[in-house]
Amino acid sequence: MVTENDIWGYLEEVADPEIPVLTVVDLGVIRAVKLENDQCFITITPTYSGCPAMKMIEEQIIEKLNEKGIPNVSVDLVLAPAWTTDWISESGKAKLLEYGIAPPENEVDKSVLFSEPTVVPCPKCGSRNTRMVSLFGSTACKAHYQCNECLEPYDYFKCLK
Amino acid sequence: MNSLFEYVLRLGDDSLILGHRLSEWCGHGPILEEDIAMTNISLDLVGQATSLLGYAGELEGKGRDADALAFLRFDRDYKNVLLVEQPNGDFGMTMLRQFFFDAYRKPLFEKLQHSTDKHLAAIAEKSLKETKYHLKHSSEWVIRLGDGTEESNARIQDSLNTLWRYTNELFFTDEVDAELVEKGIVPSLQEIQNEWNATVTAVLTEATLTIPTNNWKQEGGRKGLHSEHLGYILAELQYMQRAYPNMQW
Repeated sequence: MVTENDIWGYLEEVADPEIPVLTVVDLGVIRAVKLENDQCFITITPTYSGCPAMKMIEEQIIEKLNEKGIPNVSVDLVLAPAWTTDWISESGKAKLLEYGIAPPENEVDKSVLFSEPTVVPCPKCGSRNTRMVSLFGSTACKAHYQCNECLEPYDYFKCLK
Repeated sequence: MNSLFEYVLRLGDDSLILGHRLSEWCGHGPILEEDIAMTNISLDLVGQATSLLGYAGELEGKGRDADALAFLRFDRDYKNVLLVEQPNGDFGMTMLRQFFFDAYRKPLFEKLQHSTDKHLAAIAEKSLKETKYHLKHSSEWVIRLGDGTEESNARIQDSLNTLWRYTNELFFTDEVDAELVEKGIVPSLQEIQNEWNATVTAVLTEATLTIPTNNWKQEGGRKGLHSEHLGYILAELQYMQRAYPNMQW
C-alpha cells in the first residue's frame, strides 16, 4: 500500500528541468501530496509567473508516479501562498553551491529604489569581493554576478520574498 | 456590466501588451545582459497575463480561456492603457516606459494582494515579487541614462517629453473602478497615484530630468480606443491563431 510519504520520496527523483541538480522537492514547489483511494493529488506552485518549466514539471511528476505504479495522478497549480526562496531546502541550497550557483542570501525586504546590490559570495572561491553584472540572469529566478578575485562569472539564485 | 471581469481584463491586457512589446527586443538588446533582462521581464509579464486573463475568462463565464482572450479578440476589445502599446523607441525610451508602468504596478499589487477577492489577491501577491525587481531595474536605468552623458540625457529627456502625456491614463477611473472600490475589492487609484507621483518625482529628480509642465492627458485605451500601434502588435501577436485556427505546439 503506497503512502503519502512514499509519494514524497518518489518526487525526490523528479529533477527541476532548468536546474537539474535540484529536485522539485528541494525547490519547494510541491505544496501538497494527497492520496484518496487510488487517486493521487499533487499541488504545485510556480517560482515565477512566467516560469516555462511548470508544464514540464507537471508532466514529469505524472510520468514518474505512473512509473512507480500510481496510474491516477492529477496535478493542480496554485498561486497562493506565493513561492519564496525560503522554501528551498537546506540540502537544496548546498547542492546549488556545489553546482556553481550562489544560493539566495537571506535578504531583508529592503527598499526597491536607490538600494545597493546584495553582496553575494563567489561559489567558486568564497570571496565576498564580487559584483553584480545584471539583475536578470539566465533564467527569471537568477541574477548574473562576477567574482573580482578569481574572475568566475556565476549565477545567483535571487532572493524572492 | 461584469465589473470585476472588466477590471481583471484591463490588468491582463496591460501585462500582455507590454510583455509583447518587450519581447520585440529579443536579439536586439544594446548589450547581452539587457537583452536577457528585457526578455526575462517580458516572460514575467506574459506569465502574469496568463494568470489574469485566465481568471478574467472564468469571471466572464462564457468559456473563454487565457488563449482565447489573448489571441482572438479585435482591437476595440483590448483594454490596456495607451502607454504600454507605444513603440519601443530606443533603449532609454523602453526603460522609461517600463519605469512609469512599474511605479504604478508596485503600489497597485501591494494593495491588491489584500483584496477580498482571493483569486485576484493571489495573482497580485505573486506578481508583486516580480514587479519589485522590474522597478529596481527600470528606475536604475532611468537614473543612469538621465544622469549620464549629454547624449543619453538629451535622448531620455526627449522620451520623457513624448511619453509623459500617456501617464495620466494609468489612473483612469470610471464606473468599473467605482463599483469595485465601493465594495472594497480594489484600492482607489487616487492612493496609487500619490505613491506613483512620489516615486516618479524622486527618480526623475535623481536622473536630473525635467518633468514636462504640459499635463495634456491622452487616454482611450481603457475604453478600447487605441493608438494605431495596437493594430500592428495584434497582427503579429495573433497571426498564428488567425492563420491556423486552434493550432497548438
